[in-house]
Formats: sequence, C-alpha cells, structure tokens
Amino acid sequence: MATRKSKAKSNTSPEELKSFYRDMLLIRRFEEKAGQLYGMGLIGGFCHLYIGQEAVVVGLEAAAKEGDKRITSYRDHGHMLACGMNPNGVMAELTGREGGYSKGKGGSMHMFSKEKHFYGGHGIVAAQVPLGAGLAFSDKYKGNDNVTFTYFGDGAANQGQVYETFNMAALWDLPVVFVIENNQYAMGTSQQRSTSSPDIFHRGEAFGIKGQLVDGMDVLAVKEAGEIAVAHCRAGKGPYILEVKTYRYRGHSMSDPAKYRTREEVQKVREKSDAIEHVRELLLQGKHATEDELKAIDKEIKAVVNESAEFAKTSPEPALDELWTDIYA
Amino acid sequence: MAIEILMPALSPTMEEGTLAKWLVKEGDTVQSGDIIAEIETDKATMEFEAVDEGVIGKILIAEGTEGVKVNTAIAIIGEEGEDMSASAPAAPAEAAPAAAPASVPAQAAAPAAPARDVTPDWPEGTELKQQTVREALRDGMSEEMRRDDGVFLMGEEVAEYQGAYKISQGMLEEFGSKRVIDTPITEHGFAGIATGAAFGGLKPIVEFMTFNFAMQAIDHIINSAAKTLYMSGGQMGAPMVFRGPNGAAARVGAQHSQDYAAWYAMVPGLKVVMPYSASDYKGLMKTAIRDPNPVIFLENEILYGKSFDVPVMDDYTVPFGKARIWRTGSDVTIVSFGIGMQYALEAADKLAEDGISAEVIDLRTLRPIDYDTVLASVQKTNRCVTVEEGWPVGSIGNHLSATIMERAFDYLDAPVINCTGKDVPMPYAANLEKHALLTTDEVVAAVKQVTYR
Repeated sequence: MATRKSKAKSNTSPEELKSFYRDMLLIRRFEEKAGQLYGMGLIGGFCHLYIGQEAVVVGLEAAAKEGDKRITSYRDHGHMLACGMNPNGVMAELTGREGGYSKGKGGSMHMFSKEKHFYGGHGIVAAQVPLGAGLAFSDKYKGNDNVTFTYFGDGAANQGQVYETFNMAALWDLPVVFVIENNQYAMGTSQQRSTSSPDIFHRGEAFGIKGQLVDGMDVLAVKEAGEIAVAHCRAGKGPYILEVKTYRYRGHSMSDPAKYRTREEVQKVREKSDAIEHVRELLLQGKHATEDELKAIDKEIKAVVNESAEFAKTSPEPALDELWTDIYA
Repeated sequence: MAIEILMPALSPTMEEGTLAKWLVKEGDTVQSGDIIAEIETDKATMEFEAVDEGVIGKILIAEGTEGVKVNTAIAIIGEEGEDMSASAPAAPAEAAPAAAPASVPAQAAAPAAPARDVTPDWPEGTELKQQTVREALRDGMSEEMRRDDGVFLMGEEVAEYQGAYKISQGMLEEFGSKRVIDTPITEHGFAGIATGAAFGGLKPIVEFMTFNFAMQAIDHIINSAAKTLYMSGGQMGAPMVFRGPNGAAARVGAQHSQDYAAWYAMVPGLKVVMPYSASDYKGLMKTAIRDPNPVIFLENEILYGKSFDVPVMDDYTVPFGKARIWRTGSDVTIVSFGIGMQYALEAADKLAEDGISAEVIDLRTLRPIDYDTVLASVQKTNRCVTVEEGWPVGSIGNHLSATIMERAFDYLDAPVINCTGKDVPMPYAANLEKHALLTTDEVVAAVKQVTYR
C-alpha cells in the first residue's frame, strides 16, 4: 500500500497552514531549549525529545475536536504543546518545579492535563495502549462521540498488551485511533532488527481493524489521514490504526550517543524531508506568507520558549510537604 | 549579542567530560541543530548540537581537554561581524539548584496512647440474617451499581457464565451487558482498559478469576492505577476496585495458590482489603467501590460458601482502617485477617479450654492498617501472635512485629511470633499441602510459647 501523500488540493486554509508552522516550530524550539537546559543540569533524569516528529501531533490535533482525548508514552512534550498545554507549565515540570503541570512530582515522562484531556505521559512502553482504549471505553459508556488518540511507537508495537487491546477495542467497537509513530528506532534497535514484518499498520487486520500508512513528515497528509480515522471512530465503527512514518533527529534520550545509525542518515532526513521546512516551502511558494512574516513567527516562538525557560528556572522547587500529598484522593 | 556555549551534561550522572573534538572552528557559521563538537561522557561519546545560530567567535576549551566540568564555558557564539575577541562575558554560568535536604520529617510521631474507634459495626438490635460470603459480596456490588451508574463489573466469565465462582450470579440479568462485561482471557489488557476507564471518570470493578492471574496485570495495578494521582500532582487518579479470590484453595498447586496480601500492602497509592466475614465482605465492598482510589480486594475461595450474620440494613458499610475485635481476652493478642481468622478463632477456642484467654483481632484492611487497635490490645495482654497464610519473608506479621516493637516495646513480655504459611511453593500432594499451610495447632503452639506455658 502506498504511503498517503497530501492531495494537491488540501482542505487546509493558508491560515491553518500558518498555524501548523507555528505549532511545529514551537515544539522544535521548545525541545531544543529543553535539551539545552538538560545540558545545564536544570533538567535531570530521562528526557526524550520529539525533534523531527512534529508533524505527527500537529496534523492529528487538526483532526480533533473539543472533548477528544489523547494519551502517549514518555516522549510526550510535543503532544502536550500540540493540544494547547502551557509551555511554561511543561518546562517547569521538566525542571521539577512547583509551577509544573504535576507540581514537579511527575517529570518529563509523567504530565497530565484534565483541562486539555491529556492523560499522560506513561513510562512503561505500551502501557498507554490499553489505557487509551479504556478512555475510549469511558466515552462510549457515557454515550458521547468523543475519540481518543492513543499514540505509541514502533518499539511499543511489539508489546503483547497492544494486541490484547486491539482485540478488545475491535470486539467492543471502541472509538480509539491507534497512532503508531514509527520513528524507525526502538531506542537503539532499528525496526528491521526488531520487527518481523515491516508494515505495522497491517497488524490490525487479524482483528478486523483498518490500518493506513501515513507520511509523517507531511503535516497535511497526517491531518487528512487523521480526519478519515476520526470520522470512522465517531460513526461508531470502532478503532482505526494509523502508522505514521516519521524520524527522530535526536537520540532516544539525552544520554543516547545514537551510534546505531550514521550521521549521514540523519542529515539526509533533515535536508530532504524536514516537516517544518515542508510547510515553510508551501507557505512561501503559495505566497501565503512572506519571509518577513515567517521571521516574525520565529521571533514570536523564540520569545515564548525563552519565557518558558525563564519560568522553569525561577519557579520554586516544590515545598517539602508535597512529598506526602496526592498519594490518596 | 555573544552567548556562551557551556559544557553540557549529557547523561543523568555526568559531572565532567572530555571535549574530544571540535567539528567547527572560529569564524564558522552554525545553525541550530548543527553538530559542533564530540564530547565523551561517563557513558559514551556524544555529539553536541548547537542550539543558537550564529558565528563561532572563540573556542575557549581546546579539543582533547579532559575533566571539563559541566557548565564551563567552552566557546562563544555571536552574530556575524560581532567582535568577540574580548574575554568571555562575566555572567556566571547557571547552576542547578542545590539539592533539597535529604532528611524529611517522617510521618507524625506515634501518639502515646493509641486512640481506638470502638463504635460497633451495626447498631444494637439490628435484625441479622445468615448469608454466605458469596451472596454478601454480590449484594454489596449490586447495591452500589444501583446507586451509581458509573460503576460496572468486568472480567472473565462474570456475565453469561454468572461468575467462575458464581459471585456475580444474576447481575447480568439485572444490569445488562453494558455494565456486566465478559472479557477475553487477557488480564494485562483488560486491567489496562479498566484503569483507562477510571481515568475517564468511570468506576470499574475488575474481577480476576484469581489473583494469581493478576500477576499478568500487576504493571497496570501499580504503575498505572496506584501512581497516577501522585504523578499528576493530584489531577487524576483511578477510582476502581480490583477483586477476586486470593491465597490457597485446595490441591490446585503452586501457580494457583498464593497469598498476595503483603505484596499489595506495600504499595502507596493502593488501598488493600482482605475480609473474613460475610458482613465485612459486603460492607467493605461498598466502601471500596465508593473510595476514590484503587482498592485491592482480596477474597478467599474457601470462605465463599461460609455463612455469617449480616445486618439487614439499607446501606451497610464498613470503614477502612478499623479492625474488628472478634473476641476479647487478657493473656495474648492474636492478630489476623482473611482466612487466617479461621485459624485464629479456632486456636482461641482451644486455648480457652487450657485456661488461656486470647483477644482476637481481625485487621480487615491492610492499607490502611488499624495500628491503634493492635497496640491498645498488646498494651493490655503484653503478648502477640500474628496469623496469616502468606509466606514468612516480608509478611504482614513482620511489619506488625516491627511496629509493636517500635511503639509498644516496654509492654512486651515476650517476642512477637509470626505464624505464616511455609516458605515453599505450594505442593500438590495432599499431605504436603496440608503441611505447607498454616494450622490451628501451630497458632496454639505459638501462643503457648509467648505465654510461657
């Protein structure tokens, strides 16, 4: 099956295209800043950056409506920014401060926002898959038409609980879009070395779940595929699988030297397939924006990110009595 | 404006590193994302990317330098044409905030005199009826499902089969297949789905055909259900009940005969219930369903068919953290829970024949534990024996012994003895199994030992 490419005539308006550019750039600059703060010792532990994969979440958020839910793994900063969570709160959680989304008690891998229907931030590979189906179960039980976006990687796709979930999601027609972000490496193991059949989107067929391969470096293709998947779920037809081919530019986490792939491989993707450059070109070629306008957006994003870093540095550490709160409701 | 490039921390444990190689030279223009240097950390050689764009003005640390401390300025970057020949800007490198002091006050110190809740479980004169544990459990769940539409039951064979142990008999008929849901045999998956449904605002009751099978699901019970409230800073948690038979049944071998009481009781974020009598099964189940936290409800197959007095009341609940004194006594305190109570009560009867007066306490819940009732009793009897079916190492009895030692040491006239199951996987052979399990005689012997009889 061919990878879905965006149609020549997309239903995306120039304004929306500009907002995609802004949203993707925010994620990239935010992640670069997070990497920098990690380097300065202000962020500790594990920190998994989303650089390169920005089109996935931005495209899918464009297919979502208010009330829809999302849940993902530990590589979660991009998902939070894309669903409208405040960069200050995200960055302050990375630095473990009181102003963070989890008051500093969750960290990079564990953030949540009830307001934005973001259900984490899960550190155990693939645990979010049944949890996401459970969120969809709750919406079906309540009788509304909300959909849950359940994101996981090509590595997680080899966990048994994914297939336990596919089975029940199909059996019970749960309104869940399984988004497999195939960035081609499960930590340091390439998909080729870890996965017996390369097309993960086929794996729902055994359960009667439709799957679609999507070019994850093309935000318009992601949005279109997302709209089809969401319409399927909202119509009560059960789950849908999107395998979104993408690429992570950075290591698995901050301490990964990424020796399992060549520098040329990374450079080639950056030069030829970069998702942000793609939108930039669409905007300029379509004369939807001028260089100056884009520069202004860059500047605006830089200011937002710098402010988040400033907030994350100055927000106080949590009070010591926070150690003993939120254990029981 | 010139910006210092600082030696980065490139692993969670890195404090210094070797600047192995510069991939740029002074005067080069760099974009954010360009690799500018290779740095050897305590773990690996890492590529170091530029974050800011501009021109490399000055390289401050030569390649090959070892032991470069994290946050040392290693180069200066500026805009094209900018004069950066001057020494590095004086602004001090930003340091990570000092670590919080390691000692945090532990939970409030123990009160001198234990304060016990001594209110009876039901008002005097309440009508009682005989009911099996099985029926009481079903009534508890059904009453809560009538009360709250968000409560549902899911598990293997709970609906059409009427429950593998017939606990959910009649519930499908009353509540329909939307709320009494048969699952495939897929514990890891349905425990995760139920936890997600709880995040989404429902109140699932998850039946495990036995808690042995919950081993497949323990990641979701602990990592997803128990920890999310804390990890989310109090924003969302998992109001739900995981229930099913726990511990040995009869002749079902090692993989189907294990008591998980101590395992789950260790985990902050969980509440753990292990009742003995039918009234407690009912009253504690109703409390568990209403509790906004994940509750582990450990049942026992051998007790399912046993009958007890159950109060006839519209809404009978039993609070968590309140032990029940089944028998008052003055010579020794026997503390138990769940099926262990059967041995404890039988032993107390036998001991009475020998003139030893035992006070028998049923903890009922293991998280929270009613320490005060235990301590008040030990302060009176000065001797204590704990009784449980689980393994001896890291048992509930071990924990109680430690607590009694810390908080009532001066009252003890003998060391506390823990009666437990034997430290072996459960054998199949009838004689060996009998030997592996706890016996009433062992409890009697332990009491005689602490009372020096």
